[in-house]
Amino acid sequence: MRRLIINEQYDQALTVARQQVENGAQVIDINMDEGMLDAIKAMTHFLNLIASEPDIARVPIMIDSSKWSVIEAGLKCVQGKAIVNSISMKEGEEAFIHHATLCKRYGAAIIVMAFDEKGQADTFERKTEICKRAYELLVEKLDFPPEDIIFDPNIFAIATGIEEHNNYAVDFINATRWIKENLPYAKISGGVSNVSFSFRGNDPAREAIHTVFLYHAIKAGMTMGIVNAGMMGVYDDLSPELKERVEDVVLNRREDATERMIEIASTLTAGGKKEAATLEWRGTPDAPTPVEKRLSHAMVHGITEFIVEDTEEARQKVANSGGRPIHVIEGPLMDGMNVVGDLFGQGKMFLPQVVKSARVMKQAVAHLIPFIEAEKASDEKRTGIVAKPKGKMVIATVKGDVHDIGKNIVSVVLQCNNFEVVNMGVMVPASEILAMAKAEKADIIGLSGLITPSLEEMTHIAKEMQRDPYFKGLKMPLLIGGATTSRAHTAVKIAPHYDGPIIYVADASRSVSVMQSLLTPESRDAYIAEVATDYEKARTQHANKKGTPMLSIAQARTNKAKLSFTDEHAPVKPKFIGRREIKNADLSIIAQYIDWTPFFQTWDLAGFYPAILNDDVVGDAATKLFAEAQAMLKKIIEGRWLTANGVVALLPANTVHDDDIEIYTDESRHNIAFTYYGMRQQTMKPVIDGVARPNQCLADFIAPKESGIPDYIGMFAVTAGLGIEKHVKRFEDAHDDYSSIMLKALADRLAEAFAEYMHERIRTDFWGYAANESLSKEALIKEQYQGIRPAPGYPACPDHTVKPDMFKVLQAEAIDMQLTESFAMSPGAAVSGFYFAHAESKYFSVDKIGEDQLMDMAKRRNLSKEYLERWLAPNLA
Amino acid sequence: MHSSFPSPLELQLRALLAQRILILDGAMGTMIQQYKLTEADYRGTRFADFAAPPGQRELFVKGNNELLTLTQPQVILEIHEQYLAAGADIIETNTFGATTVAQDDYHMGHLAYEMNFEAAKLAKAACVKYSTPDKPCFVAGALGPTPKTASISPDVNDPAARNVNFDQLVTAYLEQTRGLVAGGADILMVETIFDTLNCKAALFAIDTFFAETKQRLPIMLSGTVTDASGRILSGQTVTAFWHSVRHSKPLTIGLNCALGATLMRPYVEELSTIADTFVCIYPNAGLPNPMSDTGFDETPDVTSSLVKEFAESGFLNVAGGCCGTTPAHINAIYNQIKDVPPRLVPELPQTLKLSGLEPFVIDDDSLFVNVGERTNVTGSKAFAAADYQ
Repeated sequence: MRRLIINEQYDQALTVARQQVENGAQVIDINMDEGMLDAIKAMTHFLNLIASEPDIARVPIMIDSSKWSVIEAGLKCVQGKAIVNSISMKEGEEAFIHHATLCKRYGAAIIVMAFDEKGQADTFERKTEICKRAYELLVEKLDFPPEDIIFDPNIFAIATGIEEHNNYAVDFINATRWIKENLPYAKISGGVSNVSFSFRGNDPAREAIHTVFLYHAIKAGMTMGIVNAGMMGVYDDLSPELKERVEDVVLNRREDATERMIEIASTLTAGGKKEAATLEWRGTPDAPTPVEKRLSHAMVHGITEFIVEDTEEARQKVANSGGRPIHVIEGPLMDGMNVVGDLFGQGKMFLPQVVKSARVMKQAVAHLIPFIEAEKASDEKRTGIVAKPKGKMVIATVKGDVHDIGKNIVSVVLQCNNFEVVNMGVMVPASEILAMAKAEKADIIGLSGLITPSLEEMTHIAKEMQRDPYFKGLKMPLLIGGATTSRAHTAVKIAPHYDGPIIYVADASRSVSVMQSLLTPESRDAYIAEVATDYEKARTQHANKKGTPMLSIAQARTNKAKLSFTDEHAPVKPKFIGRREIKNADLSIIAQYIDWTPFFQTWDLAGFYPAILNDDVVGDAATKLFAEAQAMLKKIIEGRWLTANGVVALLPANTVHDDDIEIYTDESRHNIAFTYYGMRQQTMKPVIDGVARPNQCLADFIAPKESGIPDYIGMFAVTAGLGIEKHVKRFEDAHDDYSSIMLKALADRLAEAFAEYMHERIRTDFWGYAANESLSKEALIKEQYQGIRPAPGYPACPDHTVKPDMFKVLQAEAIDMQLTESFAMSPGAAVSGFYFAHAESKYFSVDKIGEDQLMDMAKRRNLSKEYLERWLAPNLA
Repeated sequence: MHSSFPSPLELQLRALLAQRILILDGAMGTMIQQYKLTEADYRGTRFADFAAPPGQRELFVKGNNELLTLTQPQVILEIHEQYLAAGADIIETNTFGATTVAQDDYHMGHLAYEMNFEAAKLAKAACVKYSTPDKPCFVAGALGPTPKTASISPDVNDPAARNVNFDQLVTAYLEQTRGLVAGGADILMVETIFDTLNCKAALFAIDTFFAETKQRLPIMLSGTVTDASGRILSGQTVTAFWHSVRHSKPLTIGLNCALGATLMRPYVEELSTIADTFVCIYPNAGLPNPMSDTGFDETPDVTSSLVKEFAESGFLNVAGGCCGTTPAHINAIYNQIKDVPPRLVPELPQTLKLSGLEPFVIDDDSLFVNVGERTNVTGSKAFAAADYQ
């Protein structure tokens, strides 16, 4: 029994260690001095356990004990280079040298406490004197590597009311500065929470003191410290008054600093500094707010903290009055969600908040499910007054596509509105979707996709539904959504293939009204007729538009963009020819390149960053979302949740036969790595000032082979989504769709930012054609640089089929990037494309191409016309 | 007290390494296999009747290659001489498994010291025969990984279990070191490291020996990346491994065995970039192939071209061969790289280089390093409540 208890404690300790690493601890401190256990045994056992946990063991270990025997036991268990915390001259020079010699032999860095035979150093003079003496012994006598020495010059509590203590923080900071300047390569550490010890019980005051203290200590050269990340704030976020008073006390600037600190500290507790700390909504212990109101509040404000206990309380209350667990869902929980739904409908709540509300709901329901199931099992006779959902949808991201952020948002929003949703995930083949819809007796099927080949797959699914009497007979509605889908495309390309209603859903907030209209018998037929009329209009418009005059491909070629490749436009030779991998790129650097505007679009918040933060309508929601995005971004970076890998290739290239770019393996230009077959604009271009605008093709931006001018092209593939599954699963297991969607959205942004960052390095370094470029991040986002990086599947290069060749040359699998059968990239948070350096290369849209170009391309590429038709469908007139 | 100051021999080696890429010998084990020795050959006359203690399984010693040092020394000597004739500057003693930890499997732990002593003597004798003032030869006393690991649990159900501990390894390695040095080893080489903690125990033993005997021998270290994840078996990346062992100030750090040269390349490149000491690489002759004579596929031409490519990429200071390589491989390597200049040891900033399974460096550009708060077994409630004084 006792053994069991101890094992449980080790499990808990492992969990704590894992959380610390996930939350960004770069080193973990292990201390076994407390408790009734044999510390040597406990240290050995726990470090051996950690060695079997790669998620924890990846970071260095700080072996912490006041007993040398425990430290030594720890050193015998760690294969990495650890830090010993700590040794000192407390027992004299001899013991100190003995310990240091052994630390060196074990291969560990050391923390040396400013402690000698006379005691712990409290003043600047004592601190520096002891550190100097220890340093000289270590470096000169033992040849101890100075970079492996970390001093702890003792952080003591200030504002204790005892005058001698007032200068403790200043002494630490000054000693830190002195060590930095006088003891080369040595580092400085300390246990930060000590400084605020006299304010224990008042976390806001302690946090403010830590924040100010660290601000100054780090400026003076403090390298590292044991800090509770939850007890640290942002220096600039402190109010001027608080900052002044805290600085007075930390820096010992005035005699009454302590009194003034105590004064302001009391207001901090009373006022409740943080929103999370404001618990007024829960009432008081004597007069608690009714549980229904608390549930509703939690739901509207997205607070999960008390949801399980409140749900349990509601369940007991319902049970006491003879009700059933399901009544909690049907009653207070649905009431709360209805409030959310109403506020959302009125535009008073925004998507991120709704998704958070859904998280609260999900966790409440998860708590109730065991009770509901137990009830079912025990009382089979009582037949189902189960909460009857308004309808059921099977939703999937189609085969070949891995993008699911939007689809998951739709799922959550629908669930909030009491629709049942079967979310099948990504890359789901048509047959499975249809089989699931049958098995689940779904009312509606929803399809999502982001890349253009998914449009074809959606058409395919519509055709399959038409072929299957089950769907054709039921006229089961099919909803279409996703970034590349559109009303026009749905009307023209998908709807004609199926007798049932096919409806384009522009965004998640529309999905509720569409579902409702389709599933309410009274409104259903009228709604379907309305949509049909609308789509007929779209088809007519499209047919008319089809009339825009097109040139033949031969004519279009004679009107190509004619660029100069001489003089100032002479191609610049890249610094290297070939490929380069960038593995494990630093996410903190990449994050600086994020363009936030599309992030808000993901959450259906319209507007440009940063103006959106002050927007009259969505400003508050956007600000909150942004703050939470920043918080998660920090965890992603510090906890290394995601791995960013990239690969670039810079290769010799020349244009042949107007539209095609031959890309060579090396400067001899004999071996073709692959040929990029360009698509050329074919619609008639306007004549401006007597000059016809060119019919462009990417090949126009590369010097023609016959010119004899050696030109170059670049390619890249980057991802920031490696390792995401584990964390997505963690969130989904915790019924936290909000965080899961947030993480995916951020991974997408990081991938785009990585592409931006790589492009900058290409321009200024690897290729170096704009070596002197110096642009702000805003200017980068506005693309104010020379050259372009068109991506396959986007307007200048709509053809996805180039990707396999590109990935092969890039050897993208070496950085763990793959293509799906529809040429979508996996992981999903990824970008790939070409680099063009020419100063006049600009993004353009290929738009519609003619049958003649399609035939010509099929011939050039030796592919069947049908194959190309499938892949280029969106661009075919 | 300056125990880490290089010895005259180390200075001589450093001077040679600055001039050219030195050649290490090739495989011992797969060469012995070609002699097709029998159980009786392994036992010789001395151990003809050697048996397991009563009640234990019948003992077969065939495969205990270190025993051959005592029973068939002419075989070991012949292999050493073939490698020296092929161009090796450094030969490794036949002591890969000559520790009590390994020999206890054959009930021969008590012979460990003798095996090391005699093996070093044999190698030294071969070197004396082949050494010239222009091409001096050196004996590297080999300390192998032992069949037991200090970082990995042998029991799936008990992740904290270990079948050997640090102290036991230190005792075994200390005895091995004493035997090797007494027998005439010039260099101590901890090799085929697949658990860094075992290696750290060997380094601890070696440093203890240095302190006791007030001398210092050059140290060579060689890790083994066992799969395409780029990590050694105990989970460390190559850079993390280097951070764990660089306190021993080794003459060379390197990689050997397991993958063969082709698959090793990225890790060789990594090591040559981060190591501020000489780099020694000795790959297998490709991946194991049970159908081949030596058990490995690559011909001398193939292995030597791959090693040459490493040399030309500026990765190498010492090159040799591991499993499946023969004197012909070593001779081909010698011929291929004799005119390729050695790698220049980079000068790297003096930073705090820590590691867990992954490396972590603290330098002047580092932001404040956040150490996770104390983790102990008194439970999470205690964490929340405790004040860390």
